[in-house]
Amino acid sequence: MTPDREAPPPVLTSQDPAREPAGPSPTATQAALSRGSVLATPPAARKIGGRSRLPSQPLLRHLLVAVGGLVVIWAITSTVSSYDNFQIAQVGAYVVAIAGLTVLTGLNGQISLGHGALMGIGAYAAALIMIHANFPLAVVLVLAALAAALAGLLIGIGAARLRGPYLAGATLALAVGLPAIAYRWPSSLGGGSGLSINQPTPPTFLGANFDPQEWIAWISGLCVVITLVILANLIRSRYGRSFRAVRDDEIAASLAGIHVPRVQVTAFVVSSACAGLGGALLALSTGTVNPLGFPLSLSIALIAGMVVGGLGSLTGAIWGGILIVYLPQWATSVSNNFGFSKGVSSNLAFGVYGLALIIAMLAFPGGIQGGVWRLVNGVRARRARRNSPASAGPQSNEHEQG
Amino acid sequence: MLNETLNGITSGAIYASIALALVLIWRGTRIVNFAAGAMGMLSAYVALSVIDAGMSYWLAFAFALIFGLVAGVVIERVLVRPIESKPPLNAVILTFGLLILIEAVAGMVWGEKSRALPPNFSIRGVHVGGQTIALSPFDLFVIAAVLVTMALLVVLFRATNVGLQMRASAFRPEVARLLGVRVGRMLSLGWALASLVGALAGVLVAPKVFLSPNMMDAPLVYGFAAAVIGGLDSPVGAVVGGLAVGLVASYVGGWATLGPSLEVMGVLVLLIVVLMVRPEGLFSGIKPRRV
Repeated sequence: MTPDREAPPPVLTSQDPAREPAGPSPTATQAALSRGSVLATPPAARKIGGRSRLPSQPLLRHLLVAVGGLVVIWAITSTVSSYDNFQIAQVGAYVVAIAGLTVLTGLNGQISLGHGALMGIGAYAAALIMIHANFPLAVVLVLAALAAALAGLLIGIGAARLRGPYLAGATLALAVGLPAIAYRWPSSLGGGSGLSINQPTPPTFLGANFDPQEWIAWISGLCVVITLVILANLIRSRYGRSFRAVRDDEIAASLAGIHVPRVQVTAFVVSSACAGLGGALLALSTGTVNPLGFPLSLSIALIAGMVVGGLGSLTGAIWGGILIVYLPQWATSVSNNFGFSKGVSSNLAFGVYGLALIIAMLAFPGGIQGGVWRLVNGVRARRARRNSPASAGPQSNEHEQG
Repeated sequence: MLNETLNGITSGAIYASIALALVLIWRGTRIVNFAAGAMGMLSAYVALSVIDAGMSYWLAFAFALIFGLVAGVVIERVLVRPIESKPPLNAVILTFGLLILIEAVAGMVWGEKSRALPPNFSIRGVHVGGQTIALSPFDLFVIAAVLVTMALLVVLFRATNVGLQMRASAFRPEVARLLGVRVGRMLSLGWALASLVGALAGVLVAPKVFLSPNMMDAPLVYGFAAAVIGGLDSPVGAVVGGLAVGLVASYVGGWATLGPSLEVMGVLVLLIVVLMVRPEGLFSGIKPRRV
């Protein structure tokens, strides 16, 4: 992409946020901005005179944002109803899966049409472990992510040969073919009726009347925050840079000493692990896993959520998760209001997904998050112009963006 | 074993035509059209509507193919042309979005209820020497229709001026344009032909599986695997790949201890094995770029 994304930050005297002055010095702000925020934002977003009070070191910045996110999750989950908490837990599961997918597609340029199937692997792994062993929940979730990562490794090794559309087709085959395996071995995988698991119960110190759905929403929210922090740091690391280098030009990347197939497999494995964790969270929130829960349409929804939320943006993944949970609900209520037939109401959500994908590709490649950044940049640019009418900085930056 | 082979050849012919639809578009525009199957499904519904209106099978057949032709041109002009200069990922997502949109619209218009397209020939196997073999008159029609289409395409590409222009615009668009070839028109024509072949596949699949919006999902996967095995660039490879995929799927399906539901996984394994051994496919003349 643009050179400033990779520009080394100016040397800072202090990396400790506590010691930074209340109004950050121009150098510090510039460094924070040129290093990039948590998100894969357009370059101009960071250059236009925004005021960032966040620390410049990525890990600290991400952890601060994470703590803020946890507070927001706690505030929301403790005020809304039990059913809302059930949906929040599902949003969390999808956010984790989409975040993994957006790292694969947005940063590494590979596309997987089979992430729904990988979520299924994670969900079944979690269910099998919970049924046959008595591990703590955290261990179950990690093992589920590892199971999907292993499947991702197998596909990824093939995928290193399967560039672009080839990988898309192979993962499409996975999405279409994998659910059948559950029907094949009904004795261990439950067949069509699936497996049911014991949902985690809230610990006793929260009180006897604590809503179990709220507890599951907490688990889901915590997993979202942990996943996003890990991915955000990964994106800023050497691995993240080599992901992007491979995406932009494979030949140039390998001339620069990057082992292209290894990077592609790594990206696919990371992304699969996220999908597996997302699937396990989905299983926790519904209490069952069955093959009908992970059809091709789930993979479709994940891609739609990723693209509409904003390709390559972790914040976009949150928009995407919200979209996947609430769009079908909206479609049902719209259909009921207008008295649509059953055929229309059951297909409306997917019609919207398809239309949104096409429109996003033709007109809004940045998705929702891209739109948010455009809005923020517009406001910032106007404010910067008002503050310093003589400065030509923002204008020239805008030019660079176009 | 004989029945599985015959089944494999018949369905292989259909997969070959889907693979051909993908290859035609890939050669012209370097795009894998994930909506190829869905467009064929839509054509099959068009055929059903024509038959429901009281017209003959052959008229419905013709209508479906013409519908496919027109749909190909419209999609190329309206949706594909604007994103041609963008990264390949955009095209993948766009055609995937088109797949979802077409399936959703078909579901809205024709409902989720599965209906069968009445075939023009019997779909019962013929009797040979007191035994019924898995080859019906309709199967023979399928194989014949696919063979005739392929022969026509070969004649078009090898023996006509238009075919030469199409090959030139796929091979070196800039040079072709300098030599006076209307490259844009050739690309539209390529999409039109490809979706005509896709429509043929849809109409041929329809009597065997019940018509439903997602009836082409598995055939698309098979067709894609066939195209990749054949090399994505080679029409001959698409046909050979289609037959190979049809046979493998049929054998895996017929293998009693595994059961029919694992066919797609069997084809996925075949696909990965072929790509491990020959990443460029079996029939592609293009060598992969290496540093």
